Amino acid sequence: MSNPDDLELSRRALRRRTVLRAGCAAALAGACRARADETDERSAPPQAGDALAFAFGPSAGTVIGPADLVIGAKQTLAYPINRASGLVRDGTRLNQLIVVRVDPEKLAADTRARAADGVVAYSGVCSHTGCDVTDWIAAAQHFKCPCHESEFDPSDAARVVSGPAPWQLAALPLKIVDGALTIAGPFEGKVGFAQPGLDPFNGPPSQ
Amino acid sequence: MLDRTLRSALAPLALLVSFAATAQPAREYSAVTDARLVSPEARNWLMYRRTYDSWGYSPLDKITTRNVARLVPVWSASTGTTEGHQAPPIVNDGIMFVTTPFNQVLAFEAKSGELLWRYRRQMPPDIRMGHPTNRGVALYGDKVYMATSDAKVVALDAKSGSVVWDVAVEDYNGGYYMTLAPLAVRGKIMVGVSGGERGIRGFVVALDAESGKQAWKTYTIPGPGEPGNDTWPGDSWKTGGAPVWITGSYDPDLHMTYWGTGNPGPWTGDQRPGDNLYTNSVVALDVETGKLSGHHQYHWNDSWDWDEVSAPLLIDLPRDGRTVHGLVHPARDGYLWFLERAASGISFISARPYVTQNVFTSVDPRTGRPAYDDSHKPAVGHKVTFCPSLWGGKDWPPAAYSPKTGYLYIPANENLCSIMEGEEIEYRRGQQFTGAVSDFAVAEGADHIGELQAWNLKTGERAWTHEFASPNWGPVLTTGGGLVFEGGTTDRYFRAFDGASGKQLWQYRTNSGITGVPTTFEVDGVQYVAVQSGWGVDAQGMTGRIDRARGTETIVPQGGVVWVFALAAN
Repeated sequence: MSNPDDLELSRRALRRRTVLRAGCAAALAGACRARADETDERSAPPQAGDALAFAFGPSAGTVIGPADLVIGAKQTLAYPINRASGLVRDGTRLNQLIVVRVDPEKLAADTRARAADGVVAYSGVCSHTGCDVTDWIAAAQHFKCPCHESEFDPSDAARVVSGPAPWQLAALPLKIVDGALTIAGPFEGKVGFAQPGLDPFNGPPSQ
Repeated sequence: MLDRTLRSALAPLALLVSFAATAQPAREYSAVTDARLVSPEARNWLMYRRTYDSWGYSPLDKITTRNVARLVPVWSASTGTTEGHQAPPIVNDGIMFVTTPFNQVLAFEAKSGELLWRYRRQMPPDIRMGHPTNRGVALYGDKVYMATSDAKVVALDAKSGSVVWDVAVEDYNGGYYMTLAPLAVRGKIMVGVSGGERGIRGFVVALDAESGKQAWKTYTIPGPGEPGNDTWPGDSWKTGGAPVWITGSYDPDLHMTYWGTGNPGPWTGDQRPGDNLYTNSVVALDVETGKLSGHHQYHWNDSWDWDEVSAPLLIDLPRDGRTVHGLVHPARDGYLWFLERAASGISFISARPYVTQNVFTSVDPRTGRPAYDDSHKPAVGHKVTFCPSLWGGKDWPPAAYSPKTGYLYIPANENLCSIMEGEEIEYRRGQQFTGAVSDFAVAEGADHIGELQAWNLKTGERAWTHEFASPNWGPVLTTGGGLVFEGGTTDRYFRAFDGASGKQLWQYRTNSGITGVPTTFEVDGVQYVAVQSGWGVDAQGMTGRIDRARGTETIVPQGGVVWVFALAAN
């Protein structure tokens, strides 16, 4: 984290989480209402202007700066974080992101347009059966899903390189704003997987 | 002949009539009682392995070694889903119930294939479907029970398919899910949970068959203060795995159920030093209370992902000139285990390898505890090769026993090894918690992988082996006609063998690879054999690994179909 604004944002996010934990325990109607609003905000999809926060580990909830990501290193798991409120959007795992830095020279044109200084972000939910895309093949520089071994190429729209996944991971456009890594727009593509077995049925469903 | 105009006018009406006919509730339904489950009519297949002893045997004998060559398909039905179709077609007096991946239940008239009703379940959008499969229903009273991928048990009305109750046993966001067919005993519906790769704490839970209310819940990892908790360092017991994802066996005389348990997590044992009870074990649970009344751990401190979830077969065995009530388990660890069950608990008889196994250096003749060769035990920073592979000598596809031949039939895989190294891992709720990277190797010069093995349980010796070039993921059916049925290979065949000699007598090429449990049943005096064909999940995964190791490409088309066969006229 190199950006002083990001440091301040992270401190705010931590305070926010502490307050939230106290939240409804006070049994105050107003506090509970505020908490309901925040639950919605936590589950809202990534918004333009959001930053990225570490999803796990000792830095969980703190903002990811450009310097935290090194070319060639394994993907970092992240959630969007509202810059204004400091609220981390971790209310649903459908918001889980995987972020890596790729040599900008190696990015496909479409992917370069979504990248910020070589940093690319994708949905961390596999398009096959919804597992977390947490493995990394260093030699090939590919994401890999541990469940069924689908591989995706982060330098080229996270297209499927091998395995049973039917389509690429949803991409999240990024930009640098005043030196800070920032989400530029909503997901491009479908987040999650499609459940087979919902073919048309000539007759009333049983429920 | 009707006038063309009149026929056009009547057409929508005819459609309405046929629509109403399919929407009618099913015909008469025979309630499933405890007495029927303990002693099922020969014509029926009322539970996962047909009988509580998990033999996978039907006494039906109209289809025999002499006439099986005349077996032909009589009806089939698409399931409309892809992925691994593993469930048996379960039949109660002419009504067939089949489950598919994504927790669909199909009810057919068993002799005609007419679809009576269908239950479909919408999965929550944030679910992780690690193993998109389901292994079948349980029948009890007038209801049909299924365990679901979002960790619930749903009870359906057997005649209409409408939901009677739908109860969560755990939170799927915590890595819990279910794939097994429930076990119905004495008013209780028992299920176990999957998630050994997701940092769960395994358990078996019993629900009241009428209401879905929880009767008891027994963890397969003891908590603080319970015997065995000290086999786990620190808090590792909270996320240690020990899933239960195959239906247990039941001894009605002892009122005891016997469940196999899966691997600990993370995968390599150095990350949780100790025996890690009750992973990779058989546990005896009292039906009424859930009290754990005995166990045997096949191998301690597992480091090979060798889940021992297959329930042991309850078979009487000769021992020192007397007959004992046995537990027989062809294990994923590559050994064939013989144990004795009693009211007092479970005791070890003997064990011997049935595939190449390079991990055990010995098995204690008194306790059955194996000793290990550490050069084949992976750990963090210690990359080793071990055989059989992490999918074991036999994975979940059930073995079968025939009292006609006295043989146990094992669907095995030989000539496969894994290369694994541990990797430190942080627990993240619901996410992969294996902490290992692995690769795959095929033994040099291997001329086959899949095997169907027959073991004579009187002598303890192997009687015959049928080899397949392909891996074998075929659950086994034995019949009173002296036959053994299984699919399981990438070439999509369903096969029948002479149970005594091992000679292949019949085969039929289906739509996809078969990992479904085959069953047989009789309606109106005609014997049928039924199976689902639909490749996927781990059978697909192993095939991909073999292809990568060998530089080959094996294509097994997906998509489920229920097949029903009968003898053609002479």
